[in-house]
Amino acid sequence: MTQLALVIDLNVCVGCQACVTSCKEWNTAGSAGPMVDQNPYGADPTGTFFNRVQTFEVGEFPNTETVHFPKSCLHCEDPPCVPVCPTGASYKRKEDGIVLVDYDKCIGCKYCSWACPYGARELDEQQQVMKKCTLCVDRIYDTSMTEDDRKPSCVKACPTSARLFGDIHDPQSAVSIAIRESGGYPLMPEWGTHPANHYLPRRKTRIKIHEDELERADNPLKVDRQLPRPAMNEPTLDDVTTW
Amino acid sequence: MHPAFSVILLTTLIGAAQGLFLALFTAQSYAAFKLLPQPDAHAFYGQGSLLALVLLVAGLGASFFHLGHPERAWRSAAMWRTSWLSREVIVLPAFMGVVFLYGLAHWLNWHPVLTTLPGELPVDPTAILGVAGTLFAFALFICTAMIYACLKFLSEWHSPLTVINYILLGGASGFTLAAAFASVTAPELVSFLAGWAAIITLLGWIGRSASLYRNARLKPKSSLQTAIGIKHPRIVQKTQGFMGGSFNTREFFHGQPVAVLRAVKWFFVLAVFPLPLLLLLSGMQGRTGLLVAAFAVQYAGLLAERWFFFAQANHPQNLYYQSIA
Ligand code: SF4
Ligand code: SF4
Repeated sequence: MTQLALVIDLNVCVGCQACVTSCKEWNTAGSAGPMVDQNPYGADPTGTFFNRVQTFEVGEFPNTETVHFPKSCLHCEDPPCVPVCPTGASYKRKEDGIVLVDYDKCIGCKYCSWACPYGARELDEQQQVMKKCTLCVDRIYDTSMTEDDRKPSCVKACPTSARLFGDIHDPQSAVSIAIRESGGYPLMPEWGTHPANHYLPRRKTRIKIHEDELERADNPLKVDRQLPRPAMNEPTLDDVTTW
Repeated sequence: MHPAFSVILLTTLIGAAQGLFLALFTAQSYAAFKLLPQPDAHAFYGQGSLLALVLLVAGLGASFFHLGHPERAWRSAAMWRTSWLSREVIVLPAFMGVVFLYGLAHWLNWHPVLTTLPGELPVDPTAILGVAGTLFAFALFICTAMIYACLKFLSEWHSPLTVINYILLGGASGFTLAAAFASVTAPELVSFLAGWAAIITLLGWIGRSASLYRNARLKPKSSLQTAIGIKHPRIVQKTQGFMGGSFNTREFFHGQPVAVLRAVKWFFVLAVFPLPLLLLLSGMQGRTGLLVAAFAVQYAGLLAERWFFFAQANHPQNLYYQSIA
């Protein structure tokens, strides 16, 4: 069985909102569209988005970190939003695990949005049907595109490659390896929804350098010891400071 | 959650209608066993069913305002295997049909004896329809309440108390209405119905107090830490990703200050329980004005109760929508 998903690397996301705009751009023109905004240039603009990037501050000044957090439907493996839908408009595809809404069946009762703990679903004010991330289902199977382009719009747009896309049930896929080897985790695991999308945590790159690695022990230029040994904080141009 | 007026009206109106029907058939059963005098069937059961039907139609009408696409509402009967909302959509019209037939049979005085139970008890169509209606009324209470109680993320709702309270509060308002209605059409039944209305109101008081007590002590299962998966005691949202509103900020927040919430709570606690109880007990002798007032006060209280029911429920998605900047 296949379960397509996104893996989002919080270590590299810079919060540039490129995925937000490219998602909106693709999907307003794609099969999920239009995604019309209300009052777009007014004081209180609002509209449907499948993907939002939020920002959190972790820690206490001055020891804080800014974490940008992209958020969209997680295509849960056990999606609580699906069984509650009275019309069957919300469904999870067997073949690839994508959770979708059939806009022709949806009655706009909003019940599925109540049943999603992540707030991933948004009612389209103009069309009055429930919308959410489709993992660009109208893109990833489009054979008129080059292989490289058959990825969700957000993945293509991300300038830092913070978004990976693939089958998390295939242990050899890049997403599975990232989850396994970089500590990928699901959101709100306490509800048993088993989100397919995973997040990679912040990581600090730390290198342990041992003292004997700081100077070349076998440097042939140093053997005559004619010049004084430079202090550790002085420049060490071997030819000049040979000691 | 944002309390939607359509849903508040739907649940309170059909709740009262279900309670009213249960009251009618309770009276009929007691009368069949000669524990109560026989009222004028045409007026009490016939017109009483009509009144229940009017409430049901009004509730159903209100529910359509909740839908983005009311013209597609028929589709919502499809997923009854998994969805309580779908089940409600099926049971509600079925119940309306039974109430209609029950009322019609009484209205036309259609009482052919179909069979007799031991003890010379005649069984006519109204008895069979009454039993069916009773089953449907309870099924409908369960469906309506389970729509809320089955959502495990909303811990304020995820409790058997939700189901119990929907039954008790609907029953209380229905029996109160039946008592007021009987004071006009069947005065000999008033004290019986008002007595039951008082008992159910009292039980409802206990049930709702229990859920208020429970909800005041709930500990949310989700936190900002589990929501974004970062284990640090101090996390603050700096921006939710947009500056205007969104569906997420409109649908899941009631947007009222705590003082309003508290005021609504005290209003409903008074208006649903002690005030109607006083009015019921003083109207017991058949004083229509007092009994109508009892129902009016209780129904107004129930509107507030339902508003509070929604407003109090705190959705975990709100963790993601804390800050605009
Ligand atoms: S994230 Fe929400 S909308 Fe998406 S599958 Fe999970 S429960 Fe459903
Ligand atoms: S809003 Fe649409 S998709 Fe959601 S539960 Fe209602 S009918 Fe189903």
